[in-house]
Amino acid sequence: MRNYFLTNGRALHIDESHAAGDILRVQGEDLSKGMELEVLIPGPAANAKSLVLTAPISFWGGVDPKTSVIADVRHPQHGIPIAGTILLLPGTIGSSSASAVLLELIHRNIAPSAIIMREPDAILLLGVLVAREMGWSGPGAYKLAKTA
Amino acid sequence: MVLELGIQEQALLAGQSGDGAAMAMRLVCDSARLLNAPSLVRVASAHIDGALYHGDSGTLFAEKLQELGARVSIRSTLNVGALDLTGCSTNRLPPHERDMAKRLMKAYMAIGCEPSWTCSPYQAGHRPELGSDVAWGESNAVVFCNSVLGARTNRYGDYLDIACAITGFAPKTGLHLPENRLATFVFDVSSLPMEDFAEESFWPILGSLYGKRAGTAIGVVKGVPRHPGEDALKAFGAASASTGGVGLFHIAGVTPEAPDVETILGGKTPLEVMQISTADFADQKRRMATVQGISRIDAVAIGSPHLSLEECIRLEQLVGGRSLKIPFYACTGRHVLKDLESTGLRKSLEATGITVVIDTCVVVTPIMKEMAGGVLMTNSGKFAQYAPGNTGYGVVFGSMAECVESAVTGRPVNA
Repeated sequence: MRNYFLTNGRALHIDESHAAGDILRVQGEDLSKGMELEVLIPGPAANAKSLVLTAPISFWGGVDPKTSVIADVRHPQHGIPIAGTILLLPGTIGSSSASAVLLELIHRNIAPSAIIMREPDAILLLGVLVAREMGWSGPGAYKLAKTA
Repeated sequence: MVLELGIQEQALLAGQSGDGAAMAMRLVCDSARLLNAPSLVRVASAHIDGALYHGDSGTLFAEKLQELGARVSIRSTLNVGALDLTGCSTNRLPPHERDMAKRLMKAYMAIGCEPSWTCSPYQAGHRPELGSDVAWGESNAVVFCNSVLGARTNRYGDYLDIACAITGFAPKTGLHLPENRLATFVFDVSSLPMEDFAEESFWPILGSLYGKRAGTAIGVVKGVPRHPGEDALKAFGAASASTGGVGLFHIAGVTPEAPDVETILGGKTPLEVMQISTADFADQKRRMATVQGISRIDAVAIGSPHLSLEECIRLEQLVGGRSLKIPFYACTGRHVLKDLESTGLRKSLEATGITVVIDTCVVVTPIMKEMAGGVLMTNSGKFAQYAPGNTGYGVVFGSMAECVESAVTGRPVNA
């Protein structure tokens, strides 16, 4: 996501969201005009540091569900925990158990604070939908709308 | 896009079939909205991948469905669990995990899923009809169902598969729509030597190469001289769905939707024609291994996807009563175990030192000895892809015959 003026570790703020399809503006220290997001799954407000993944990831086998650390040794962000971040995902690959890993992260309270994706990935986001059904608080999920 | 729901679908959402079905319907509808599907499609059967333990959350979800009175409304087979409930093999899961894994498996059975516990449901009598809509999970099962049976499914992830099984509906999008099932590229293997196609290890290697080249695109393989048999297609599909995001492939003259290349391209010009050379194939063959220059192996594992009865019979013939020097795991399902026991095959395999693994496999649950720097030999493209990350073993690759000969001596015969 090199065009979005976002780098790792920037403090960002996302307001609480209420309905899918709404447009939100992300505020952040390096976003002169802000970044617009479309709400995929509404979630609580997030104040957190950005973690921008520079390669697609398979959550199953790629993220440790017990620690949230990126476990795929071939991934550029290998070794970094995703807990509590505003996670920017370029894409997801591999196993269809990604939803199970994300649900487990939410259950253990070590999920990202918000998830921003280029295109909605229904397999991964099912983890957030199931968490909501279980009454567990999960991150909001957003799609990049455009950059100003 | 607004999701249009019929009367029965609205009734399910409103809880007229119970709270469990309503919860499942909310998951199906929410997923449909995320996928921009305009409506839902009725599905005839399901194959469920959600009963493999990844953490307590999955167990709690399944038990909540059970508590809310959910029942599957269509035929639903189960993929592998984390435990071998038949007792043929044992594993090293700690007590809490073992307990939760067992509760998970029980909850899925309690809501009406068949205890098939296999990743080869299509060889265990679950074979949906050509052109029918189904909701299948587990990457190899999905790709076989779409490609070899010609039934229509998307790659249903954990939890959506069971939600579709309970409601009988799935988002009407992706591979459920005939226009999305056409090939957009040609994978031309005409220049590979004819005799190679008859070798068992040719298919998982070719599948691994195909998956890397395809990504998530749908291609047609051109130049396969004759139908290679279902076990070969099983190995090809599983490998392709491990190295890539393949949910559907076509093989001209072999798979049911591709009588020829032109038909399955829909009369359009392919976006790409990939000419596969003997050098490409040889390169992929080398890449199946993650360790080089090995003079010993520590274990052999075969059966991903689960072995058919025919493959078990061939295994016994290849071993020929010799005893094996190293642990050898043969993973298969209950549908084969019945015949293994009635024919005495299980006894004769176990007498040579082979561990028959039922209901699960060595890559999803800790059955093999923990061993730093261990080397595993396999004939499976899928095991070759996932074993290093999931078991810590390095991998060398060979045919079933090479796996057996290597297990007799403890040294890789093809190194």
